[in-house]
Amino acid sequence: MRNAFADELTKLGDTDPRVVMLSGDIGNRLFDKFKAAHPKRFFNCGVAEQNMTGVAAGMAMSGMRPVTYTITPFVTTRCLEQIRTDACYHEAPVMVVAVGAGLSYAGLGPTHHSCEDIAFLRSIPNMVVVCPGDAWEVRAALRAGLKQDNPMYLRMGKKGEATVHDDVPADFVIGKALVIKPGEKIALLSTGNMLPEVIETGEILNAQGHAPEVVSFHTVKPLDEDYLTAAFEKFDRIITIEEHSLIGGFGSAVAEWAVDRGKDTRKLTRIGTPDKFFKKSGEQEYAREQLGIDARSMAATIAATLA
Amino acid sequence: MAMTEQAPNSAPDLDALRRIAAELRGQVVKMSHQAKAAHLASCLSCCDTLAAAYWHVLNIDPDNPKDPERDRFILSKGHAAAALYATLAKRGYFDEAQLDTFCKDGGILAEHPPANLLAGVEAATGSLGHGLPIGLGMAVAGRINDQNFRVYGLLSDGECNEGSNWEAAMFAAGQKLDNVCVIIDYNKWQATGRSNETLMLAPLRDKWAAAGWDAHEIDGHDMEALVKLMWNVPNGSGKPVAIIANTVKGKGVSFMEDDNNWHYRAPTAEEVEAAHKELGLI
Repeated sequence: MRNAFADELTKLGDTDPRVVMLSGDIGNRLFDKFKAAHPKRFFNCGVAEQNMTGVAAGMAMSGMRPVTYTITPFVTTRCLEQIRTDACYHEAPVMVVAVGAGLSYAGLGPTHHSCEDIAFLRSIPNMVVVCPGDAWEVRAALRAGLKQDNPMYLRMGKKGEATVHDDVPADFVIGKALVIKPGEKIALLSTGNMLPEVIETGEILNAQGHAPEVVSFHTVKPLDEDYLTAAFEKFDRIITIEEHSLIGGFGSAVAEWAVDRGKDTRKLTRIGTPDKFFKKSGEQEYAREQLGIDARSMAATIAATLA
Repeated sequence: MAMTEQAPNSAPDLDALRRIAAELRGQVVKMSHQAKAAHLASCLSCCDTLAAAYWHVLNIDPDNPKDPERDRFILSKGHAAAALYATLAKRGYFDEAQLDTFCKDGGILAEHPPANLLAGVEAATGSLGHGLPIGLGMAVAGRINDQNFRVYGLLSDGECNEGSNWEAAMFAAGQKLDNVCVIIDYNKWQATGRSNETLMLAPLRDKWAAAGWDAHEIDGHDMEALVKLMWNVPNGSGKPVAIIANTVKGKGVSFMEDDNNWHYRAPTAEEVEAAHKELGLI
């Protein structure tokens, strides 16, 4: 996702003179092409995320489209008040782009994990929260993000992840879920970098005789209410899946929506990370297994709900 | 990077600016009384700076408050909102009668400046340490778009507790944003104690200089010194400009001066009258 982001932003910068890239002293060489093409519109803001976010807001108030970028906790929670007050309160279209969301950087330890950011950011008025499922969705989200006027949070995984699409999905719209594979009885609603894992989960369930629908629910805010309304009519089981805490994330958003609309919440199962820091060393795959959000564990969890 | 000094403006009428500052003080004393609003003393310490900025230094047009080429002034010490409202109204951004709605239910003149509601308010402040980074973003946008406007930020001394200001100070110097000027309203008090007994600010000029700014220290009630330094931005140093304005909290009203109870207290009708007499308004 990371390299697609840098490449797409460089291209968007070619055609949109409002695009400004602000990095929190990260991405060595990653932005070389952007810098070469747009030297006046790249800023290494140093390890100073509060200032970076405030600067971005000031730029956005002046008609620019700034993008702030660093590792997830530092570009979100470290400067949360600047996101809230400087960007969102002012309706300033800052795009906050996070790399390494969830457990992408599991090996770097809990300082670099981020399983709370969706909860924080989606609670802020005016904020749009988009969690692309693969590198192609990152490109689509960036393009769509520049065509709307709200502050936006773009939550990415890392580099080199499996892709799901073959090209930029033409039907990508912020706030509209993308059905990756139609199915019946069970709907697997994935947000963010869990999408390849969720597709694998679907395949395991297929082998067990089920035919789940797999959905990239890339926009957590605003929720695709049309899809959810139809889904609670159509499916027996609706499973939300995210590499994020069960407190306040995508599953919470769907559960809140379902309760408020009087839906049959017995249909809903939420899969996410538990309310604790993951302190062991090891990479993302290991962390997912340990926390029960790898494909095999999730398939077992879902199968158990069908009994 | 601009290496030339700013051409001198028409000579400032210093007495007229001092009179305006006194009138602003009278207005905020009245507003604090009517609204029973806190932060009066914080307003009184910065009225000279506001008068200098809005009646001499800034390239602004109240009839065209969104002019892309305008100078920006950000009241980062948002708790002095009453002083900003009094200034904007007197300068013609909105009707002075609207000042009577300060802090009233349903109004837009809240105790801290609002976002996107009131002409002339460049940024909603109140949470300290936000105004300068926002201002720097505006300054950078101006540079990208080859605009020549200047950005002024008025900070309080207590506000310099916030680390975000020092992130911003280093960024501005690193980017050589010489079209930026901050004025620190150094009234030696923060909400509940002496500034330098809370977090050590001194030597404050040296700190801004060490961060890479062209830093000056003046009597913040000396209109001539304020006008001269604030006007001359960029000043040829190639650096952003910091003005440490030594001020008196509660300035202009003897029974409020350097008495930190007036950070929160609102004056009675009798005290308003006494203050207006001292300010030479009645």
